[in-house]
Amino acid sequence: MVSFEMSDEQKLLADTVKRFASKELRPNARISDESGIIPGSLNEKAWELELIPNFIAEEYGGYGAGHSAVTSALIAEEMAYGDLSMAIQILSPALIVVPVMMLGSDFQKRELLPLYCGRKFRPSTVGFLEPRFDFDRNTIQTRAAKEGEGYLLNGHKCFVPLAAQAETFLIYAGLGERLEGFLLPRGTAGLRIGEREKNMGLKALPTYEIMLENCWVPSESRLGGKEGCDVGKLLHYHCVACAAMAVGVAKAAYEYARDYAKGRVAFGEPIASRQAIAFMLAEMAIEVDATRLLAWEAAWRLDNGREANREAYLAKMYAADMVLKVTDGAVQVLGGHGYIREHPVELWLRNGRGFYSFETMAIA
Amino acid sequence: MINFEISPHLEEYRRNIEKQAFELMRPIAREYDEKEHEVPWDYVHKMWGAEKEEVRRQLEDVRREGRIRRDKEFHLKQMITNEELSFGDAGIAFRRGRYGLGGAAIMAVGTQEQKIRFLKKFAEGEPKWGAMAITEPGAGSDTANIGTTAKLEGDHWVLNGEKIFVTNGKMATQEGDGLVVVWATVDKSAGRAGIKSFVVEAGTPGMTVTKVEDKLGLRCSDTASIVFEDCRIPFTNLLGSPEALDKAKTTGFKGAMATFDATRPGVAASAIGVGKAALEFVREVFGKEGIPIKYGASLHHLSAAERDFMDMEANLHAARLLTWRAACLLDDGKPNNLEASMAKAKAGLAVTKVTQKAVELLGPLGYSRSYLLEKWMRDAKINDLFEGTGQINLLIVARRILGFSSKELK
Repeated sequence: MVSFEMSDEQKLLADTVKRFASKELRPNARISDESGIIPGSLNEKAWELELIPNFIAEEYGGYGAGHSAVTSALIAEEMAYGDLSMAIQILSPALIVVPVMMLGSDFQKRELLPLYCGRKFRPSTVGFLEPRFDFDRNTIQTRAAKEGEGYLLNGHKCFVPLAAQAETFLIYAGLGERLEGFLLPRGTAGLRIGEREKNMGLKALPTYEIMLENCWVPSESRLGGKEGCDVGKLLHYHCVACAAMAVGVAKAAYEYARDYAKGRVAFGEPIASRQAIAFMLAEMAIEVDATRLLAWEAAWRLDNGREANREAYLAKMYAADMVLKVTDGAVQVLGGHGYIREHPVELWLRNGRGFYSFETMAIA
Repeated sequence: MINFEISPHLEEYRRNIEKQAFELMRPIAREYDEKEHEVPWDYVHKMWGAEKEEVRRQLEDVRREGRIRRDKEFHLKQMITNEELSFGDAGIAFRRGRYGLGGAAIMAVGTQEQKIRFLKKFAEGEPKWGAMAITEPGAGSDTANIGTTAKLEGDHWVLNGEKIFVTNGKMATQEGDGLVVVWATVDKSAGRAGIKSFVVEAGTPGMTVTKVEDKLGLRCSDTASIVFEDCRIPFTNLLGSPEALDKAKTTGFKGAMATFDATRPGVAASAIGVGKAALEFVREVFGKEGIPIKYGASLHHLSAAERDFMDMEANLHAARLLTWRAACLLDDGKPNNLEASMAKAKAGLAVTKVTQKAVELLGPLGYSRSYLLEKWMRDAKINDLFEGTGQINLLIVARRILGFSSKELK
């Protein structure tokens, strides 16, 4: 039966994450953006919520709730509502946990999943995007070639979050006609981490270029084991997470603009009393809600084994458009004050603009 | 729990209506658009049986429980019905015999006795129409400003005034045994509190159709002007209990406005149906011409047409989900004023965008009357205008999200 109401469990989870994000993430967002540093304690605090071990099967040490894209979307939205950089960092373990849970070989599951059930926060990452204007998932240039009992990886990835800190990497590379994933531990020979990137937004989040230079990995590294797997499916889960995070960022911007407009007096009245402003805010509210529903539907379809290529992709596309419009609108509502770094809206615009390119920053 | 599972019987129902759209409606769509003021009687008669049956069931519920027992997905089903019928032809769909908006007002505001008295005829006999008359030449969006009066004379109300843009106004008064629900004021000085709804049954002297509009689209739909001149109706045709007369209370007005919370999503759904027609036609043409729609490709690898198409598709579906959300709230017995207005605002915008873009994407053929596409664009536009213009719906949303009254946000 169609329902847009969260269950009590879903509501509790969303509220818990929202409270955490509002209390721990949002107050530090500006300082972290200026300094480029996310306090390490936030990782530990967030890890205590046990959001990710919750997914993992009991046999690997998790709580066995099972993986759900809908649940992940709820979490991703509320974390991003606090701060996008921090959300990506905090949820980075999922970048390995989810692919391995869904497509990993038994060996990979046994080796990796228990690591994420302990008390230690383990930064993890995905290498997917490549430094080209016209990067496209169908024309990935990073290649894998069979070499002995393994593969040689060659290529160049960018926008890899936490590469210098990550313990495990999932690298997307073309093998013959197929796109495949390869799991690499940090320190693998031939995996070179470049300089930390300087980005328009996400300034608190360390992202890097990485180079794969005749990087040899054993056959067991191939996600799914020796036969590999269809990683295309994973991209749908990435799309959902992006869309959900976009909703979180947009919601933050919309609420801030709304509250500002109610308090800011010009011409004898709050500017929210003028239709030009009020209508902008109304459209923002509508678009945030609309995007959320698109993301939820894509997530639900994934959870229920339905075809979701179109829904996931359109949700992300729509979300990227929406979050730009909403964050831009928020700056606009604040007028000149939207431009200065004293208010968070310019930060949200810088972050919001990036969603076109974020593809694999997070996974649902 | 968040759930997008459409039950198999609902999906089957949807498929049947969609089938009807292609079999019964599309073949006559162009004809009735060109003829404008003719009634598609074949279609009307075909649809009437099911309508009667539906009303019969509703009245059974009313007799037993005072209100329609909503099976769990009543409103969601309405959305699907509206969308698929509009997908067939919005104008023709509007011309169906049914109690319509007038009946909806009776269900929303009437007493149990009134619901049965006025609506039982919609469960039997020949096709008939219910209409709602609100708008006047000088009062559109500002419904509280209507000037049609209702004066109590003995045990009758006497109505005087002029109404315009009454959907099925002519059908309700001249074809068969229908009715019109008229908004009139019992005391202009009382503002909103003076506005009540009155039922005027077909054949009542003093109610005259003076005009039938020629329109941009929805041409098969009957849009009429009705003049009330010393039109006398029984006292008991005032909708709601006699308490509704209390001039200090705006509950009558609010109750009637609450009808819109139920009908707004339905209109949004109807809009989406027109958008779907346009979208699917473009998809079909692209398919035939070998124009790919590459979901998953990056921007640089998409043609402009593909990008536009995806944009249309996403916007339309976003509108659909917002509409379903508003409907599901009704099914859950929850208030949906904000969500209904969000849905209507978005649907109006989305379908205007979708249909206008579709005409563009199909070049000279999009413009031609050899295809239905240009008609769909004309049909779509009304959805941003009636049942609350897009601007009014945005205003409602804005006031709600800001917590502002109409004084604080005009």
